[in-house]
Amino acid sequence: MKSFFSRRSDLPLDRDAHSRFLPWLIAFMVFLAVLALAGVLVLKQVAARWDQGVSGTLSIQVPPADVPSADETRLGEVLKVLATTGGIDRYEVITDQRMAALLKPWLGDIRDMAELPLPQLIDVKLKPGNELDLAVLEDQLKVVVPGVSIDDHQIWLAKLVSLIRTVQGVATLILIFIACATIGTVIFTTRTGLAIHREAIEVLHLIGAHDTYIAGQFSNRALMLGLKGGILGLLLGVPTILGVGYLAGQTDGFLLPGMHLTTIHWIGVACLPVFVASIAMMTARTTVMRTLAGML
Amino acid sequence: MTLQGDDAIVRFENVGLRYGLGPEVLQDVSFTLQPGSFHFLIGESGAGKSSLLKLIYLAFKPSRGKISLFGREIAVTSRHKLPALRRKVGVVFQEFRLLTHLSTFDNVALPLRVAGTRESDVRRHVEELLSWVGLKDHMQARPPTLSGGQQQRVSIARAIIGRPRLLLADEPTGNVDDAMGFRLMHLFEELNRLGTTVIIATHNMHLVERLGHRQLCLNDGRLSVKEATTGSSTATSGPNSAFDSFYHASTPLSQRQAPPSVSPGRETGPDEDGKGRRDIFGDPASLENFL
Repeated sequence: MKSFFSRRSDLPLDRDAHSRFLPWLIAFMVFLAVLALAGVLVLKQVAARWDQGVSGTLSIQVPPADVPSADETRLGEVLKVLATTGGIDRYEVITDQRMAALLKPWLGDIRDMAELPLPQLIDVKLKPGNELDLAVLEDQLKVVVPGVSIDDHQIWLAKLVSLIRTVQGVATLILIFIACATIGTVIFTTRTGLAIHREAIEVLHLIGAHDTYIAGQFSNRALMLGLKGGILGLLLGVPTILGVGYLAGQTDGFLLPGMHLTTIHWIGVACLPVFVASIAMMTARTTVMRTLAGML
Repeated sequence: MTLQGDDAIVRFENVGLRYGLGPEVLQDVSFTLQPGSFHFLIGESGAGKSSLLKLIYLAFKPSRGKISLFGREIAVTSRHKLPALRRKVGVVFQEFRLLTHLSTFDNVALPLRVAGTRESDVRRHVEELLSWVGLKDHMQARPPTLSGGQQQRVSIARAIIGRPRLLLADEPTGNVDDAMGFRLMHLFEELNRLGTTVIIATHNMHLVERLGHRQLCLNDGRLSVKEATTGSSTATSGPNSAFDSFYHASTPLSQRQAPPSVSPGRETGPDEDGKGRRDIFGDPASLENFL
């Protein structure tokens, strides 16, 4: 690795102050890019899981009857309607035990569920691609049991998913800005290098060096500095995303499901330094080739 | 004054050059250089000598007129083919233009490296040539630590390492005394004897008259030609035929062709047939003594 980073060059590019600064700048860019990319990947996963987990499901609330003994009858009426409605894959009445478990964080241990005027809940799973008209279903249910309501998760979830997608878009935009900033910085650095080493470049040119030979000196340098900075940025970025991931793991698993990166995601993040270094290399090469094209 | 011939090394036809919007520093310059010829380019300071050389080594385009190099018209030659032409031209710049951050070795190796020569060949040939010019012990020295004469030798070594077909030297005697000036001239004559076309820009008329080669005279940007005098010492040979060893080395230094042997009809020395040729690389006297 050391010999790769110290390859022979005909131009003293390694002594330029601005090129010493470049790896630090690229390290910072890659650090931000690691965070942004990890954010994009995790949010994509979260949005997909929310979408997948909750789409095609709805809850039906059957309010408690004035007389507790009528509850079972009312529930039976509702279930009868559901059984005859097309497009429903399956439905399940939430048991008292499960209801008690769901309410435990707010109400503590509930000894007797019957003491509380809680509605009965039916978890309904629709068939995929089903176009069930929920308003019609609700009307049908209200005929048999007044006060029944349908809670379609999609409505509030769609807003949440849309928010996630916006954040994801912003993170993608940040990645694009980082790429643009890297390109701009490398163009500036390369042009400064061309101006500083004009005399040496002219000598190389006059003794028969092709443009690609001279451009190669700059692009190799940019690649090496890019890799150095990129690896440094990655080393700073990875502990940061691991830390954020750990903190996210401490929160409730329902709101932040799958808040972790898969192997493929980690490979993608690890490729960032190579990607940024390649951008730096290609930018340096293009800049030099364009400048030299102005010479005879 | 234009000599015609398809094998001309350099041909200028009504060439004019101006820098920016300034006046023409070269006007209607026409001449032809045949392979194996030796020319002095003379004129007072500011007469346009360096500008003319710059046009030949393709540092500038002419403002008007036509330039051909090795039979190729430059104006219609695609840009990516120009490096191959430049590699056939060795230039000893007036201020040497050595790369100060590189060692003597790396400076001399540059023409081979840009030509893509294998590193093992680069090492072998540069070491040979540096031994030959008496700088074997300074291979890792950087130019600023060398004397003026040593820098000049590095500059000459860089110009001839690729065995150019055309050698240009801009005021090579400008910074040296007369004795050293004559020695340098003999060096260039020796290279010329081996087939290299040589142009020396100088304002040292003492040298020019003594050696008596054909003269390209520039006066206010206009060129005239003065034929060689009988006093020419061209094509001498003798103890310094060591150049043969380098020039006629069995392995090509780069993809370039070796220079042609001495033109037919020219005076030749006893070493022409290879007899009596010495191996300069084993000879401690070598070029250092020559210079």
